[in-house]
Amino acid sequence: MGNGSKVIEVEQLAVRFSGDSGDGMQLTGTLFSHTSAIYGNDISTFPDFPADIRAPLGTIGGVSGFQVHFGNKVATPGDYTDVLIAMNPAALKANAKFMKPGGTIIFDADSFDAKSLEKAGYRTEDPITEDKLEGYNIIAAPITTLTKEGAKGIDIDNRSILRSKNMFALGLVYWLFNRPIEHTEEFIKKKFGKKPEIMAVNLQVLQAGFNYGENIQAMTSSYHILPSKVKKGIYRNLNGNKATAWGLLLAAEKSGLELFLGSYPITPATEILQELAGRKDLGVKVFQAEDEIAGICTAIGASFAGRLGVTSTSGPGLALKSEAIGLAVMAELPLVIINVQRGGPSTGLPTKTEQSDLFQALYGRNGESPMVVLAASTPVNCFDYAFYAAKIAVEHMVPVMLLTDGYLANGTQQWRIPEEGDFPKIVPPYTQQKPTEFKPYLRNKEKLNRDWVIPGMEGFEHRIGGLEKDAVTGNISHDGKNHQLMTQLRQEKVDRVAQYIPELKIEGDADAELLVVGWGGTYGHLLTAVNELNKSGKKVALAHFNYIMPLPRNSEDILKRYKKIVVCELNMGQFVGYLRMHFPKFQYNQYNKVQGQPFTVEELKNEFVKLIEA
Amino acid sequence: MEVKQEYTFSDFKSELSVRWCPGCGDHAILNTVQKSMAELGLKPHEVAVISGIGCSSRFTYYMNTFGFHTIHGRASAIATGVKIANPQLKVWQITGDGDALAIGGNHFIHAIRRNVNLNMILFNNQIYGLTKGQYSPTSKHGFVSKSSPFGTVEHPFRPGELTIGARGNFFARTIDKDLKLCVDVFKKAAQHEGASVVEVLQNCVIYNDKTHEAITDKEHREDRTILLEHGEPMIFGKNRDKGLILDGMTLKIVTIGENNITKDDILVHNAETEDSTMHLKLINMEYPEFPVATGVVRSVKGLVYDEEVEKQIATVQSTSKIKSFYDLAVEGDVWEVK
Repeated sequence: MGNGSKVIEVEQLAVRFSGDSGDGMQLTGTLFSHTSAIYGNDISTFPDFPADIRAPLGTIGGVSGFQVHFGNKVATPGDYTDVLIAMNPAALKANAKFMKPGGTIIFDADSFDAKSLEKAGYRTEDPITEDKLEGYNIIAAPITTLTKEGAKGIDIDNRSILRSKNMFALGLVYWLFNRPIEHTEEFIKKKFGKKPEIMAVNLQVLQAGFNYGENIQAMTSSYHILPSKVKKGIYRNLNGNKATAWGLLLAAEKSGLELFLGSYPITPATEILQELAGRKDLGVKVFQAEDEIAGICTAIGASFAGRLGVTSTSGPGLALKSEAIGLAVMAELPLVIINVQRGGPSTGLPTKTEQSDLFQALYGRNGESPMVVLAASTPVNCFDYAFYAAKIAVEHMVPVMLLTDGYLANGTQQWRIPEEGDFPKIVPPYTQQKPTEFKPYLRNKEKLNRDWVIPGMEGFEHRIGGLEKDAVTGNISHDGKNHQLMTQLRQEKVDRVAQYIPELKIEGDADAELLVVGWGGTYGHLLTAVNELNKSGKKVALAHFNYIMPLPRNSEDILKRYKKIVVCELNMGQFVGYLRMHFPKFQYNQYNKVQGQPFTVEELKNEFVKLIEA
Repeated sequence: MEVKQEYTFSDFKSELSVRWCPGCGDHAILNTVQKSMAELGLKPHEVAVISGIGCSSRFTYYMNTFGFHTIHGRASAIATGVKIANPQLKVWQITGDGDALAIGGNHFIHAIRRNVNLNMILFNNQIYGLTKGQYSPTSKHGFVSKSSPFGTVEHPFRPGELTIGARGNFFARTIDKDLKLCVDVFKKAAQHEGASVVEVLQNCVIYNDKTHEAITDKEHREDRTILLEHGEPMIFGKNRDKGLILDGMTLKIVTIGENNITKDDILVHNAETEDSTMHLKLINMEYPEFPVATGVVRSVKGLVYDEEVEKQIATVQSTSKIKSFYDLAVEGDVWEVK
């Protein structure tokens, strides 16, 4: 492989596949990341697709991209692209700004005709000069022509042949990165097993792309990307939404509870609904509701009936669920609410990421209405936090909100399949009271949860609801002192969850001059920035929060150790406001961004250096 | 069929004292629901009563069953969740014209459309009572209330028409003060597999007193209502001499013995026919043009949502190789690092 050509050894590399939204770029990127992960690389991927299902062909609005960052110690999909595959001029135009200086650009020369260039917004017929890309390694491959040639001898229509262009690009990229094509060949055989002509076209064109790389090797160099050192075990690739769904499945198994999801389709959370809808084999009941409100209300009904009730949504849907969350707070039923955050307010930026629902999660309800709030921080730890959200909900009899975001939801990483003992049992607090003396709101002394009594249990008939309850009998009470007591108890119950969650950890230089604080989906970028600065001798540390309400019990201890603190969020400063409220004696700097995109490591490093030197 | 009664109607009464206004129609509905449950041989612990918000929805607290007094308009959705989660429970939804038809309209029609096995008892007093007297979605056009001092300028829903529109399989109508009819209709609704809607013409003694009086008062009831019985001719009136026939496409009242009309000319009620055309005509009859239909108007068998969910799971489980989470996790593209 690559004999005669120069092979460059690198630790990490980012490749971006880009084309029209119908060009199959998401699939191409996914297949490439599979092969890389199997090879032993860390991977982190991020798809970037348009909000419109079919924006006009060939325009920038219709460009669909998929970036794969792979190699050793990869924690983000990468700020910039080392290798861009552009299937048309619009893809080049849209992505040129993400290119790393000196990177490689492969484009389909056949698609760069005058009409397409104009559609993409180029004013001249020379996009390389126009976008000042002369310093890049440009490979103008006649992908369309070569795809047609590669498919020669197969009796099939022209359209089907052209649809396999993405396989040509993938074959070429496999050559470039010294990757075997066997894994993708197997995929093609499986997928098109019943359509032998389409299977043959894809296989031949994939091979043609790879061969083309061999043939042009004099023009370019190929790369060898170092594998990472990973823990023993069985691995697979997983994105954040699927990880979330799977965490719930494990929670159901570990608690002996049937899983019930009530949900309404909404970007970018829909995949959770779809994934669980396919899990009838594991006894999951999924209800696609008439609206967001019915999504959560059916889940509350299921919890009342003794099941693990879950609802999934994104920001606008969460707004609609507010009143029902209050009911779960009042009725003290277990409930998991998944909010996959996106750009807001209102419909906002449905396909883009943001962390701006934190206040809504914490406070977006009428009355004093505390609930537990967690935030996942990597695509694959959505699994862990979905599991622990369910564990806390069930064992403490509280609604728990899990915040993820569009970036985590669609981002993929390699994931080590948990082994026996990696996750604890979940023990529902079924009542031990005698039916004759049963009190529905009698509380556990440590956790302050009430008992869970399942309809059907003879002698335990009782009524719950949204009206305030007497602290002892559970009957309706309008007594002022009782209301204060119950309000305090509901808050205290949530506060005590802090005794059951892990302490906050410091990563990076513990003796730092600057403490970087983050929460949720920004972890990969913050950690990479901190690690890179540490390597260059800068004293920076990271404290990243996954537990927001309640905060880890050592939060104040950690914050007080550092002279300078900067809180970084993809919003206007919600978590920093929350910290100011809880720990007002510290000085907080803040770094905020609301562009629908994750942070870049580069901008974070610049900001941190500025703060250290200030 | 005689069911041996393990529990009496007082076993279904909770210890809470009932707080509805004296003279409210709700008292009678509560008593007749409890009586129906006892006569059906239900056990209090296998019954879940789910309500929304409104005077009617306080019902839950007075039942010695499992109960959930939820939030405004959402009872259908919560009851749907309860029933799907545990189909063994007998789920009764208590709701009113505001709760079910205004704020909860969407959940109401979808629960009916899906045919979830719920017994939905809709108290229709054509007024918002708990908020002290505003018009509701069933208030008649021109109705004067605190929020319509010059009369409403909107048309009311007919709950039965909405039920048919939502492809409902069971609809019955009863009158709060007709205890015998209430028990009969509630039992039939409970025995029906699938979503059943019972509209109770209920009197609000404080804010909308006597709204149904023209048809429900004892003296005129027999002339102004018609009790429908499946398989029986649609005859009504004190003297049992009035009946319904079809005149072209429309219903017409005739008198037996006049114009050569005999009992054989009178339409026979078929509640069990899938075609809802006649059911809709009967539901839409209004006084004074027509007698108001009571009893079971429509009772048709259909696929029941919660049963279908269970069946689908059983089918998939019988063939799937995935029996545990681990089976799923290692399925497909995995690799081992040694």
